[in-house]
Amino acid sequence: MQANLAANDLACRRGDRLLFRGLSLQCGAGDAVHVAGPNGIGKSSLIRILAGLLRPFAGEIARTGSVGLIDERLALDPNQPLGKALDFWERLDGCGDPGRALEILQLHALMDIPVRYLSTGQKKRAAFARLLNGAPRIWLLDEPLNGLDAQAARSVEALVAQHCDAGGIAVVASHQPMALPGTHTLAIEDYAA
Amino acid sequence: MSTAATLLRRDLALLVPGGRGGGGVLPLLFFLAVAMLYPFAVGPDAQLLARTGGGVIWIAALLAAILPLEKLVAGDLDAGVFDQLSLRGVSEELAMAVRLVAHWLAFAPLLLLATLPAAALLGLSAETTRTVLLGLLAGTPGLAAVGLAVAALTASLRGGAALSGLMVIPLAVPILIFGAGALARPDPGGLMLAAAISLGLCAVSPIAAGAAIRAARES
Repeated sequence: MQANLAANDLACRRGDRLLFRGLSLQCGAGDAVHVAGPNGIGKSSLIRILAGLLRPFAGEIARTGSVGLIDERLALDPNQPLGKALDFWERLDGCGDPGRALEILQLHALMDIPVRYLSTGQKKRAAFARLLNGAPRIWLLDEPLNGLDAQAARSVEALVAQHCDAGGIAVVASHQPMALPGTHTLAIEDYAA
Repeated sequence: MSTAATLLRRDLALLVPGGRGGGGVLPLLFFLAVAMLYPFAVGPDAQLLARTGGGVIWIAALLAAILPLEKLVAGDLDAGVFDQLSLRGVSEELAMAVRLVAHWLAFAPLLLLATLPAAALLGLSAETTRTVLLGLLAGTPGLAAVGLAVAALTASLRGGAALSGLMVIPLAVPILIFGAGALARPDPGGLMLAAAISLGLCAVSPIAAGAAIRAARES
C-alpha cells in the first residue's frame, strides 16, 4: 500500500494562542515537505499533530503507512550503553538488519558508550538509527539538523532523499535550509492566525 | 504478546535493584532502617514491640513504596518513550500495565524477604509475622497500583516527586486499614478485603495512568 499523509484545514492552539489555521497538506509517495518558519511559530506542534500525538484545535488528519518521529527527545535510556538502548526499539520493531543503520550513521564505535555521554550530534545520529531500524513509511523530523556538523547534515539530507526515492514521505521541520530534491516548502507564517 | 514481553524486559532492567537503570536498593534499606530505629525510639519493652511491631512494618512498607515513584514514569515521559511507543501502536494503557507488573516485581518480593529480619528485630511472634507477610502480599499490588497512577499524574509537574508522596498516603489508607487491621483480629476477612482492594486498584491504575500520560502531551 502506498504511503499517504493528508491534513485538511488544520488549526493549532497552544494555551490561549492560536498558532496557525487553515493549513492543508497533501503528501503522496516520494514527497518531501520542508516546514519552515522562525522559532515559536508552531513547527513542532504541526509535526506532533501530524504524528497524532497532539489533537488539532480544528481540522483532520488522514494517514496511510507507519509513522516515525525524530524530535528533540531521544527516547533512549540515558544510563544504558547505546547498543542496549537501541536493542529495545529493534526488538519492538522487529528489525531484520540493524547493522545497516549503524553502518550508514557510523555508530559502531559508540555502541558501548552510555547514551548520556554522547554529544548532541551523536545523539541525533542515534535517533536516526532508531528511525531507520523501524523502517516507517512516513518520516516526521523535527529539527533533524540541530547539533550536526556539516558532513553529518549532508548524510541526513542523503538519507531523506533515499527514503523519498523509495516511495516514502518526509515532513521536515527546520529553521535551517535543507537541500532536498523535489521538496515543496510550507511556510507556516502564511497560515499564522 | 511479544510486545508486552519486550516492554517488561526493559522495565525490569530499569527498575530491579542492581539493574542497569540504577534501580537502587535504597527503599529496602530505608524499610529495614525504620524497623531498626523503632526499638530505639520506644525502648526495649519486648511486649510493646511485639504488639505494635506489625503496624510499624506496615508503615515502613508504605513509606518504602513511595521512594521509587520519582523514577517510575517521569524519566520516560521526558525522554519521549511513550510518544515513540504510541507511534508504534503500543497503547499507554499497555505500557502502564506492564510497568505496574515490573514495579511490583522490583520492590515487593524483596520487601517481603526483608520483612523477616525486620520481624526478628522487633521480636514478632511467628504467627504475627505470618499475618504481616500475608497482608503485605495482599496489599503491595495495591500500593504499587496507587503509586503508578500517582507517579503518572505528577510526572509532568515541577516538584512532582514530593507531591506524589503526599498523594499516595491517603489513597493507601484502605489497604493499610484492612491489611494491618488483620493483625488485631484473628479472622482472615481483613486480608481478603485488602486483597480485593488491591485487585480493584490494579485494574483501574493502568487506565488512569495511561490517561494521565496522554493528558501530559496536551499541556
